[in-house]
Amino acid sequence: MRRPCILDRGTQRPMDFGPFLLLALMEGTVMAAVLALTAVGLSLVFGVMRVVNVAHGAFFMLGAVVAWFVTQAIPGPPALGFAAALILGPLIVGAIAALSDTLILKRLSYDPEATIVATIGLSYILQQAALTFYGPGARPVPAPFDLRLQLLWFGYSGYKIAVVFAAILILLAVWVLMTRTRAGLIMRATQLDRATARAFGINVDRVYAGVFALGAALAAVAAVLIVPIRQAHYLMGEDPLLLSFIVVIIGGLGSLRGTLVAALIIGLSDGVISMFFSPTLAKIFATLLVAMVLVFRPQGLFGART
Amino acid sequence: MTRARGVVLHLGVIALLFFLQFVLPPYHHTNIARIMVLAVFAMGYNIAFGYTGLLSLGHALFFAAGLYATGLGVDLFGLSATPALVAGLLAGAGLAAATGVLALRTGGVSFMIVTLMFAQTGYLTILYFGRYTRGDEGFVIARTARAIGSFDFSAPTPRYFTALALFAAALLINLALTRSALGRSMIGMRENEERSRMLGYNPFRVKLIALTLSGLYAGAAGAVYAMLFGYVGASFASVQYSILPLLYVLLGGAGTVLGPFVGALLMFYLIDIASAYTSAHLFVLGGALLVLVLFAPEGILGAIRARGAKWLP
Repeated sequence: MRRPCILDRGTQRPMDFGPFLLLALMEGTVMAAVLALTAVGLSLVFGVMRVVNVAHGAFFMLGAVVAWFVTQAIPGPPALGFAAALILGPLIVGAIAALSDTLILKRLSYDPEATIVATIGLSYILQQAALTFYGPGARPVPAPFDLRLQLLWFGYSGYKIAVVFAAILILLAVWVLMTRTRAGLIMRATQLDRATARAFGINVDRVYAGVFALGAALAAVAAVLIVPIRQAHYLMGEDPLLLSFIVVIIGGLGSLRGTLVAALIIGLSDGVISMFFSPTLAKIFATLLVAMVLVFRPQGLFGART
Repeated sequence: MTRARGVVLHLGVIALLFFLQFVLPPYHHTNIARIMVLAVFAMGYNIAFGYTGLLSLGHALFFAAGLYATGLGVDLFGLSATPALVAGLLAGAGLAAATGVLALRTGGVSFMIVTLMFAQTGYLTILYFGRYTRGDEGFVIARTARAIGSFDFSAPTPRYFTALALFAAALLINLALTRSALGRSMIGMRENEERSRMLGYNPFRVKLIALTLSGLYAGAAGAVYAMLFGYVGASFASVQYSILPLLYVLLGGAGTVLGPFVGALLMFYLIDIASAYTSAHLFVLGGALLVLVLFAPEGILGAIRARGAKWLP
């Protein structure tokens, strides 16, 4: 039996370079889709609120943990529990985020440095909460359906392909929300000029709470989508946090389009580099790249100088 | 008069710590030695953050540089204790200077992220060369190598004495720094960089010196930590060890000479006492960060200074 899963590539018979590269690119695309969702959440929060949210990874992890609890609680076919998780996960995580915004960030008047310290504290607390109530183990969530697409050289999980399409749909929805609706207009107005927005009767506090919740909810959706592929664990938010930072900075802070392009590049190259070289080496290059981009090209590789 | 009060206070603290070693039970004896070394790390952090206004999230890199330069120097290259310690000091300062040359081109939030990324690169590099560093698991430095002549760093009394000597030197140099022209120009960078520039100071130069000095402190703490406690592991290079000195400094009071020690002492025992009741030590860390940043951003000594003791350096 030939299975395309990266983890057991040692057991399968050697594949030719071409199919192997194709597999790496497919894995990279799944990675890029989930990363784009997570990073857009981070980018949105930074763009509108100018807050660097270090707790974003913890929100991602909470999404996965909530998904595990929800699928455990709901009997019947896995698809039903998964659908419930897909709705409840982002809702619960978004509510926690809105609460944190009101209780913590607002009181700091969104001072950039103080909010970073505060969100570090928040992420510790959320991680500990997961560790205490969920436990130190990694637990699987069943995929909503079990479909295997047989390609010429290998079979591929149909669910992973569904993840890519779901991510594209959600990203389109975010794009429509930001550019075509009144709520989006209000968010963009607040981003441009907070004081003037307030003068025009916009409740900036509510916008901020909403944006912070939306950003966290996007991370939670990404986590619910990924959790049938990777198990839920209380420290699982650290890698997505780091990668989201990398994506958001390379794409240009606050630029949604740049974030998407960067997510595609980082996701694909991470998939390919991790398969052919060491994942640690890939991460070393990525973190160094981010530092250098911030030092020498602070507007990002794709952002325009403002 | 106020200058004399400051000197007396700090000499008094050093004297108190000297006499404490005769009365402390073994468990606390080791703890205080450890706290003094960690306080030197935090003092270094305070030079960058408290005095110069450079909020770094990557100081674990400099601490780990000292730790690994000393540890690997002994373990891999067979250095004796003295050159290994010197290597640790130089590694911390050198890496901080190199980081500064790049990171100080940015400011504010970008500076935080750049330092965070450099530290993460350092952490991942340690993991990548796991063949030599043994990664997360770490390695133990041979007991025979942890001595200069018959002065055995692993024995309790020399260990306490070494920690105290390092602490006293770091504290007094820090005190002298706050009274020097350099120290005042550092505070100038924190308070108003533009005005300092107008007055003819070179902000980049002052900040680079501050960061290098800060790295020297962190590297010295790391080097001595490796020598005194004999264990070197990748967790010392992780983000948490960049957050710890920030926490100590925030708790004790940023921009006060004794603040880092007070913060390290209280935080260490807070976690120690809390761990008797609960294993949830991340709650304690996170909660402390939140409470401090929300309700007491000036810290303990900062609050005391604001309420009367203006002479407190």
